[in-house]
Amino acid sequence: MEPLSNRSKKVQKREMTFAERAYLPAIAQGLGITLKHFFKKKATINYPEQTRERSDIWRGLHVLKRDENGAERCTACGLCAVACPAEAITMIAGERKAGEEHLYREEKYAVTYEVNMLRCIFCGLCEEACPKAAIFLQDDKLAPARYERDEFIYGKDRLVEPLKTTETK
Amino acid sequence: MESVDLIYRGIFILVIFGITLLIATYSTYFERKIAAFIQDRVGPNRAGPFGLLQPLADAGKLFFKEEFIPAKANKALFIIGPGIAMLVAGMSSAVIPFGDMLLVGGREIWLQAIEVNIGVLYVFGIVSLGVYGLMIGGWASNNKFSLLGAIRAASQNISYELAMGLSLIAVIMMTGSLSLREIAEQQQGFNWNIWYQPLGFILFLVCAFAETNRTPFDLPESEAELIGGYHTEYGSMKLGMYLFAEYINIFVVSAVMSTLYFGAYNFPFMENLRSAISDPVLANNVVTIVGVAVMFAKIFAFIFFFMWVRWTLPRFRYDQLMKLGWQILIPLAILNVVLTGGAILLKDYLF
Repeated sequence: MEPLSNRSKKVQKREMTFAERAYLPAIAQGLGITLKHFFKKKATINYPEQTRERSDIWRGLHVLKRDENGAERCTACGLCAVACPAEAITMIAGERKAGEEHLYREEKYAVTYEVNMLRCIFCGLCEEACPKAAIFLQDDKLAPARYERDEFIYGKDRLVEPLKTTETK
Repeated sequence: MESVDLIYRGIFILVIFGITLLIATYSTYFERKIAAFIQDRVGPNRAGPFGLLQPLADAGKLFFKEEFIPAKANKALFIIGPGIAMLVAGMSSAVIPFGDMLLVGGREIWLQAIEVNIGVLYVFGIVSLGVYGLMIGGWASNNKFSLLGAIRAASQNISYELAMGLSLIAVIMMTGSLSLREIAEQQQGFNWNIWYQPLGFILFLVCAFAETNRTPFDLPESEAELIGGYHTEYGSMKLGMYLFAEYINIFVVSAVMSTLYFGAYNFPFMENLRSAISDPVLANNVVTIVGVAVMFAKIFAFIFFFMWVRWTLPRFRYDQLMKLGWQILIPLAILNVVLTGGAILLKDYLF
C-alpha cells in the first residue's frame, strides 16, 4: 500500500544493550525523576484557607439587589424564570400595600423567590433577562456543600442582599 | 549478670521497643507525605501542625472499627495471624547495635539489647518467621484471594531468602564473625563494607525489598489484582497490626543494612573527634552519642529510600519476580561469594 504521508517509520526490534537489560540505570533515571518532583512546587490549593483565583466575570451565587434607597428591585415579572434553562427559579408575586414603598420599588414584588442551587447551572441567563437589574450572579461567592437537599433551595432570606452593604457594591 | 545490669537491659529493651513502634507509626505518616510530595501534592496536613497527629487519628479510627471475623474463617488462626506478624517484627531489633558504649559512673553501658555471637542468624531466623503471620492469616480467612496472597508471600520469601543469605555470606567471609557488633566494630571510621561489597549490597537491597513485601515486589498484597492479598478479610486493628508489622520490618531491615554495609554507628573522622576532646570519658560518650545519631540518620535514609522506590517503580509480574530471584540474583550472589573468596586469598598471598 502506498503510504499517505511519508512520515511513517520502519520499526525494528533490536537487541537490548547490557545497560538496558541490567535495569539498574533505568531505575536510577526513574528515581531521579521522582526526586525532582519531590522538590517541585505543589499544585494543591489548600481550599478553606486559600481559594482559587477567579475571573472577573465568574458566575457564582445569585443575589437580589436593592436600589439606592434600599428597596428591592425585583418586581416578580417572571422573565428570569422563563429564561432559566434549568427551571431552577420559582416565585410568587404580590401587590405592594400602602406604606411599603420603602421596601419594594414597584407596585408588584416577589413574596417568595426561590432558586434551587442543585438545578441551577449558573449560566447567567436570568441576569441577562432581568429588565430591572435585580438579579446578579456574584463573582466571589458560591453555593457551599450541604447535607440536605432542602438546604439547597435558597429563599429570599438568603438571596436578597443585606441592607448595609447597599452602598459598597 | 548483676541485677543492675538486668534492670538496665530491661529498660533498654523497652526503649528500643518504644522507638521501634514510634518509627513504625510515623513511617505511615511519612509514607503518605512522601507519596504526596512525589506526586506534587501536599499530603495529610489537617490533624495537628503539618498533620503530625495523623497517625494517632488513624490508630484511633482503626481501634474503633468493628472487629469483624468472617463466618467461615478459622477464628483462632484468624486472630493469631496478625499477632504473629507483629510479635516477630517486634523481636527482630533486639540484636542490632544502635551505638557503641557509654561510660556512666565508671560503668560500661552497651547500646545494644542482647549481644549474641550469632546476631545475623538471629535476625534472619526471626525475619523468616514473619511469613508465618501472613501465611496463617491468609489461609484462615477462607478466601481465594487471601490464600493466593499468602501463597505468593510464602514462595516469594523463600526464594529471596536464598539470595539474601548468599549475598550475606560474602560479608561474613570478610569479617569472620556472625555477631552484628563485631561486624559493626570492624567498619571503624569510614572503612565501610559497602566499599568492598557493592554487588553484595545491591543484591541484599533487592532481596530486602522482596522480604518486606514492598513495591516493586509487593505481590502478596497487590491491591489491583488480589484486592488486598492476605489481608483482604482483615479490618480494624488486626489490619493495623499487619500494616504496622510491615513498617517495623522496614525499620529492622534498614537497621540491618546500615549495620552490615554502611558501618552502623561509625562515621568518618570518628578518631579525630575522639582525640580532639581531652577527657577520655567525655570523648567516648560524645563519640557514642554522635554515633547513635549517625546510625539513626542512616536508618531514616534507608526508610526514605524504601518509600522513594515505592512511588517510582511499578510492580513486577510474578514470573518476572521468580525469574529475577532464581536466575539472576542467586547466580550473582554465588559469583560474589567466589570473587570475595578469591580476593581474600589474593590478599593473604600478596601481603
